[in-house]
Amino acid sequence: MNRRVLRRAAVPVAALSLVLTACGGQDEGSGGTGDGGSSDGGSSDSESLSGEIVTDGSSTVQPLTQVAGELFKEEQPDVNVSVGTSGTGGGFEKFCIGDTDISNASRPIDEEDEVPVCKKNGIEFTELQVATDALTVVVSSENDFVECLTTEELATMWAPEAEKKVTTWDQVNPDFPSEPLELFGPGTDSGTFDYFTDEINGEEGASRADYNASEDDNTIVQGVSGSPNAIGYFGFSYFEENSDSLKALEIDSGDGCVAPSAEAAQDGSYTPLARPLFVYPATSAVEDKPQVAAFLDFYAANNAEIAEAAKFIPLNEDQTTELQDMTSELTGS
Amino acid sequence: MASIGSIATAPLKARRAGDHSGTSIGFLIALWLAMAFAVIALVTLLVTTFLDGYPRLDGRLFFDYSSLVIPERAGARAAILGSLLVIITTALMAIPLGVAAAIYLEEFADERRWYNRLIEVNLQNLAAVPAIVYGLLTAGFALTIGLERRVVLTGAIALALLILPVIIITTREAMRAVPAEIRQGSLALGATPLQTVWKQTLPSALPGVATGTILALSRALGEAAPLLLLGGLVFVSYDPNGLLSGFTTLPIQIFNWTGRPEDAFQEVASAAIIVLLGLLLLMNALAIVIRNRYQRSW
Repeated sequence: MNRRVLRRAAVPVAALSLVLTACGGQDEGSGGTGDGGSSDGGSSDSESLSGEIVTDGSSTVQPLTQVAGELFKEEQPDVNVSVGTSGTGGGFEKFCIGDTDISNASRPIDEEDEVPVCKKNGIEFTELQVATDALTVVVSSENDFVECLTTEELATMWAPEAEKKVTTWDQVNPDFPSEPLELFGPGTDSGTFDYFTDEINGEEGASRADYNASEDDNTIVQGVSGSPNAIGYFGFSYFEENSDSLKALEIDSGDGCVAPSAEAAQDGSYTPLARPLFVYPATSAVEDKPQVAAFLDFYAANNAEIAEAAKFIPLNEDQTTELQDMTSELTGS
Repeated sequence: MASIGSIATAPLKARRAGDHSGTSIGFLIALWLAMAFAVIALVTLLVTTFLDGYPRLDGRLFFDYSSLVIPERAGARAAILGSLLVIITTALMAIPLGVAAAIYLEEFADERRWYNRLIEVNLQNLAAVPAIVYGLLTAGFALTIGLERRVVLTGAIALALLILPVIIITTREAMRAVPAEIRQGSLALGATPLQTVWKQTLPSALPGVATGTILALSRALGEAAPLLLLGGLVFVSYDPNGLLSGFTTLPIQIFNWTGRPEDAFQEVASAAIIVLLGLLLLMNALAIVIRNRYQRSW
């Protein structure tokens, strides 16, 4: 335990000196004098490690693990971290045959299709939630008739039955003008699409097909900001980077309109579009490779900074405690 | 050669200059427009890319790794080294295999045998197969022999398969252009068929072989699809250091950067595109130099 406290104290100093100072980091409360803020980021309390850490999986979670890898390299320059983006499913496929040490996932592992493969190959794993994403429904900042949508209205708009039928805004809600409805969204290979359709339309993958689909979220940004009648959805960070040309809609799931924000996603009021993001370390990798264990400790201890730098919503206090407890149990530190 | 060419085209050109019929002029304008469209599109693309990327064309781009923490410091070091390593490995596999296959088909294979004809037809078709299919093929192959998919060797196998048909076809054409008299002379002086190929035909065909090979390799250098399918890594915090090391390449890195929301990544992606274009131009220039310098005429 002592070791972890020490590391917790030393690491944020190193990490913060790297993360933009402008972020106004709020997490150095753990205090301890540590061994001072040496700018080289080296920490004297842990032995120097080497070897590889291989991760793959969701392209949504990739920035998070990449940032963790970048910051970890400051502390352990000889550890080689690599991150792939085969998608959540593709990542688990490699993970369950033992190709990767850690799998990034924007949804939990599938009990029916994926877990049995892992079992067959003797791969044990732990599910760790490392951040939260708020799927954000956006319109152009020129749009002046909509501020808030209920989940039913979203379903009316995106349901498979709406295809070729719901084509104007007043069909969604009579209060809206009879302007054409221009829909933009991620393509069917995306975890974001899976999550949105599951939560809004009640079934994963169930969506109308006559919308402008793109795997590149920047295309959705351009499409939506180009027309006052357009609407689309994607991860929170793409809205944050484009908040001057886009307007995020509030979502009403029955308890009033809630705007997407870090606070609303953390306290659970932004439902149902706040989603957890996971990493799955393989138990064998943690046990056999000290660099993987150290990386996970680092990931858990610096979770807030990592999430912030990767532009995700950090975990709330309970979730952070859970992550750190699960990690220390796993790595035995 | 040159003289035959000028004789053949001279009357055509003369007629064009003298023909002032409406259809003829209209057709000429259509041709000009088509060319102008292609050139303008290309120039616009090059200029905007260059303007976007120029400020980031600095030491960081070449010596730093990609970074999300500080996008302004992101560099393409791992991608540049990865691209070079993969292309060299690809060349080492594809060139000997491709040239050897071409020598067999052109000099030794009996075209009356059905299997040789089958190979011929297949080669032509394979050259047109989409790159992603080679990625799938290699993924299956790697899984079967237990090779990891994200390593340099696997990526190079995919790219080597991709360009093999092109190398074989261009090598064959280069060898076909060597006059039969050269071979006959060599054989008449007592050389064996193998010596003839090795000492006469192949050296004479070398400029053509080199040109075709370099153009094929530059295609491989610009490919992202098969490598992405193999699980190409988008973040590598180290220099690729062997055939079994993980890697990323310039096209993969550019693809990943352009998908990011931050403007800084659009800039560094443009800078990386300039580097990739520079590499491609360099390779194509090399092909032209080799061709002009070593080409023989009979």
